[in-house]
Amino acid sequence: MAGIPHDHYEPKSGGEKWLHSRLPIVALIYDTIMIPTPKNLNWMWIWGIVLTFCLAMQIVTGIILVMHYTPHVDLAFASVEHIMRNVNGGHMLRYLHQNGASLFFVAVYLHIFRGLYYGSYKAPREITWIIGMLIYLLMMATAFMGYVLPWGQMSFWGATVITGLFGAIPFIGEPIQTWLLGGPAVDNATLNRFFSLHYLLPFVIAALVAVHIWAFHTTGNNNPTGVEVRRTSKEDAAKDTLPFWPYFVMKDLFALALIMVIFFAIVGFMPNYLGHPDNYIEANALATPAHIVPEWYFLPFYAILRAFTADVWVVMFADWITGGIIDAKFFGVLAMFGAIAVMALAPWLDTSRVRSGRYRPMFKWWFALLCVDFVVLTWVGAMPAEEPYATISLIASAYWFAYFLVILPLLGVIEKPQAAPATIEEDFNAHYGATSGTPAE
Amino acid sequence: MMRKIAIAAVAALTLSGGAAMAAGAAGHVEDVDFSFEGPFGTFDQNQLQRGLQVYTEVCAACHGLKFVPLRTLADEGGPNLPADQVRAYAAQFEIFDPELDDFRPRTETDHFPESNLSNAPDLSLMAKARAGFHGPYGSGLNQLFKGMGGPEYIHSLLMGYTGEEKVEAGTTLYENKAFPGGWIGMAPPLYEDQMEYADGHSNEMEAVAEDVAAFLMWTAEPKMMARKQTGFIAVLFLSVLTVLLYLTNKRIWMPVKRKEKNA
Repeated sequence: MAGIPHDHYEPKSGGEKWLHSRLPIVALIYDTIMIPTPKNLNWMWIWGIVLTFCLAMQIVTGIILVMHYTPHVDLAFASVEHIMRNVNGGHMLRYLHQNGASLFFVAVYLHIFRGLYYGSYKAPREITWIIGMLIYLLMMATAFMGYVLPWGQMSFWGATVITGLFGAIPFIGEPIQTWLLGGPAVDNATLNRFFSLHYLLPFVIAALVAVHIWAFHTTGNNNPTGVEVRRTSKEDAAKDTLPFWPYFVMKDLFALALIMVIFFAIVGFMPNYLGHPDNYIEANALATPAHIVPEWYFLPFYAILRAFTADVWVVMFADWITGGIIDAKFFGVLAMFGAIAVMALAPWLDTSRVRSGRYRPMFKWWFALLCVDFVVLTWVGAMPAEEPYATISLIASAYWFAYFLVILPLLGVIEKPQAAPATIEEDFNAHYGATSGTPAE
Repeated sequence: MMRKIAIAAVAALTLSGGAAMAAGAAGHVEDVDFSFEGPFGTFDQNQLQRGLQVYTEVCAACHGLKFVPLRTLADEGGPNLPADQVRAYAAQFEIFDPELDDFRPRTETDHFPESNLSNAPDLSLMAKARAGFHGPYGSGLNQLFKGMGGPEYIHSLLMGYTGEEKVEAGTTLYENKAFPGGWIGMAPPLYEDQMEYADGHSNEMEAVAEDVAAFLMWTAEPKMMARKQTGFIAVLFLSVLTVLLYLTNKRIWMPVKRKEKNA
């Protein structure tokens, strides 16, 4: 495999050789931990470790919570209260798991936007990007189903609204919705299958994370310059890189510890800040909450879902040209999934030959606007569906699509990029002075 | 620029997270300076005991606390009643025992009774199921500084009656400034000089409403003090770890990053 050239594990003692010829596991661990990593990585390259930690924390806390939770419509809410009141440390486990989901999404959004700015999605890292998008989709499915398990009012009504989206698919929508729910409405069958899948999917995510890491360990990490590590020789590669251990392990652990300080402050002092009060009311199929709002991490895409109402001309056009098959509801569903699809297609929509946004003067501004757009969508997703929020969400949704479908393809043609440094070493030395080779003594 | 954008994005996302709670036709809720607010706030044991008295003599006529085990009345970080008082308190409520096929007095391992009236909601989690503070503009900023406002909502609701009444479809509704929509089915439960407190604390309606709101915050979040203590210890130790890792990281990178003159 054409990785970055570096020293590999060599078994020395008899025991090591015996094991290596049968199972080269030490070599696998050594090559993974000692992988040459671009030495100019900045602080936006820490989110991968944070995400890995989140996944581990959610699995560990989740497995313990399951020991005390009961997936039944009559008992689920009470069993969560049992965890909060009677289980030793149960309140902490549950708040860690609940806020852990939020940390997971904060980290994944920063990770994704890091990739979008520095062009990490571009060749040869398309597979890494696509696997990442699959992980993100599974994360959303897992988080959504997990939110249903406490069986509060928002659990129940959120599940009703989101599964209702599948009902918007023409002709086959209703049978699909019934099949997903295990009945005509959200009920015990729904709760049980969501519980089952909520337990299963994190392990699928863990497997995909391994593939994600495998993919970018093959291509090498991207870095803030977007310039590739020299692979001409081991010596050249060593000038651009440092081994993952200890340089990046320590850097990542420091960042993780700092984030944990903030995380534990939130869990300890304001664990319900990011939650919804209505979910402390037991699910009641007869009482609809005044406003059904998803968790904050779904709000940008929830805003896109709601933006395309029947009085928007593109919706009316789609309705007319398809003879009513694509109505406003189905259009909204398509837009929501489309918003993620266009992001997944970024490797092929971005025509610029320059990878990093650092050397793209026009791209920088459009990207900054995309960040603002994302925040606006998050905000407007939580607001009631009325003016002026409807117009704001329509404009913000339009920009999301315009960025990926129009701006990214066009910029590659009209933009005049600045010169990127020839090597990573050059960029690093420009910051920290010449270091490799001869110390000036 | 990337860093600035990242910081701005994180800040904005954190804030707009609170926006999820912002929706709702809210009534007017006054901020109350409760003893349990802030990272170091603790429950006032005497206030919780007074609140229990108010709950028992007033609220329990209609409402229940079905998720709250009676034995937790003896918990530290709660009302901290002596064990014999908890047993005596429990014994005044009956429960149907399927094994005896008869009613028996509750013991401390049973829960508080459920609501007596079908339209009186259970109050176990009420202080967490309401947000008194919203906005501004759906940003959730107010909740960051004032707290979620659940107990404040309960306090304002109890104090919010204007005295106006109306009859709608055979039901009497009472005007209330804190209740969303302005008209509530619950008759004003508190009046002046209603309570006799053994500890001689003020029994003005305002004080009584605060006491019962504090008690309901405890029933909703009985492990609050343990949680804050865990949080405090975790933040302390993780801060030390962060400093150590910062120094380690700096030390490791020093030879690589050493500034030299590019002669």
